[in-house]
Amino acid sequence: MTRKETVGDVAKESIPLNTGAVIRTPGNTKKYHTGSWRTFRPVIDQKTCIKCGTCWRVCPDAAIYIDKDGKYRINYDYCKGCLICFRECPVKAISKELEQK
Amino acid sequence: MKTVIEASEAVALGAKLSRVKVCPMYPITPSTHIPERISDYIFDGEMDAEMIHVESEHSAASALIGSILTGARSFTATSSNGFELMYEILPILSGMRLPAVMAVANRAVAGPINIWNDHSDAVSARDQGWVQFYVESSQECIDTIIQCYKIAEDKNVQMPVMMCLDGFSLTHVFENVDIPEQKQVDSFLPPFKREDILDVKNPKTFGPIGLPDSFMNFKKQQQDAMINAIDVIKKANLDYKKLFGRGYGDGLIELYKMDDAEYAILAMGTICGTAKAKAEELRAKGKKVGVIRLRSYRPFPVEALKKAFKKLTRLAVLDRHISLGSDGPLFTEINAIAPGLDVFGYIAGLGGRDVTLDHMESVYLDLETGKQKREWLM
Ligand code: SF4
Ligand code: SF4
Repeated sequence: MTRKETVGDVAKESIPLNTGAVIRTPGNTKKYHTGSWRTFRPVIDQKTCIKCGTCWRVCPDAAIYIDKDGKYRINYDYCKGCLICFRECPVKAISKELEQK
Repeated sequence: MKTVIEASEAVALGAKLSRVKVCPMYPITPSTHIPERISDYIFDGEMDAEMIHVESEHSAASALIGSILTGARSFTATSSNGFELMYEILPILSGMRLPAVMAVANRAVAGPINIWNDHSDAVSARDQGWVQFYVESSQECIDTIIQCYKIAEDKNVQMPVMMCLDGFSLTHVFENVDIPEQKQVDSFLPPFKREDILDVKNPKTFGPIGLPDSFMNFKKQQQDAMINAIDVIKKANLDYKKLFGRGYGDGLIELYKMDDAEYAILAMGTICGTAKAKAEELRAKGKKVGVIRLRSYRPFPVEALKKAFKKLTRLAVLDRHISLGSDGPLFTEINAIAPGLDVFGYIAGLGGRDVTLDHMESVYLDLETGKQKREWLM
């Protein structure tokens, strides 16, 4: 499938350009990696984090998850860099770093 | 069967014969007789359809999205400011490639408030991705509504279609109409089938976001579909003619006494009848005059028009709408495709102002003398 016939140049798997923009395979939002939008990367300092869950709750892209050790982690495939988590963290455990390519 | 009916009823019968299943409709003068007739048919059990009494035209257009996505052939009608209220949804129906069919009883858009006929409602929506027909008679209304579904649902088109008929000057006119047999219509227009429908067993996403990496591609697909519609319209006209014995030019434009014409009037809708009457009169006096009736405004039939212009010395374009601050949109577009032709532009019949035989005579005289180039026919 050529680039012209598909959507999503940042996605690992492309979605076909069906007539009327119909998406025939449900659940494909996962294929769209909003991480490519990011200018600033939020970084959680695990030592400062008090595990209050605020960042997890406010992230508009559900890009924050709790790992098997109960730590709050960011999935950078989907974190779009809005920095809401950075702003809302009550103990300033989240810092921002400029993305460099 | 031939019978004398109002053009609005011809439109409603066209929808009934097309076996329309859902009609989200909101009445507005002068389109109101259309939902009235359809309500009658449904109430009398002659039409197996659901009439949705929506709270506005915006909702009527929105309900078309849902009804077509369930796989139901759908129809609505409106006019003027009701049409304007639908505006937001028009490009969405087109962008989602939903084959809605709508009758537009053309009426001037307020203000000042005016219920009479001009083309300001539909012409100003020319860029919204709907095929646009402008018809001239009650017979053409019934025939065209049936063809509209054929064209809209064609797999190479899949675009909504509006059929524009002049408010009052056509909607409220009673004429002799040959009503097609249901069996024949069924053979022309097969049941509506769509690959992508709302189905809980096979969920799909309709109307998603189109980001910069895809939006333009979808627009290109729509433009391709519109260009495809040119041949589909021609074929629908031809196939219909074979079955029912009636055609309207090549489906795109209709030529009247154009074989050897030197001067011609180009217009849309009912004023073409007035132009034809004057042309006939002038022909009797030996003047080589003709009429070009543009039936399909979108897609704009560039090739067919260019061919029709070949032998002309001068052409007059009558617009029943003005793009304020610019010019008559039809005039502007015709100029763009006919650089070598002397084109005169006239703004005519706004807000129901009569366009008379005398007006047509003055236009033909302008063409002959080559004097007047731009005028408002007051
Ligand atoms: S920056 Fe925005 S998107 Fe990324 S993790 Fe924080 S809240 Fe979520
Ligand atoms: S908001 Fe801050 S403290 Fe709370 S879980 Fe997130 S990183 Fe940890």
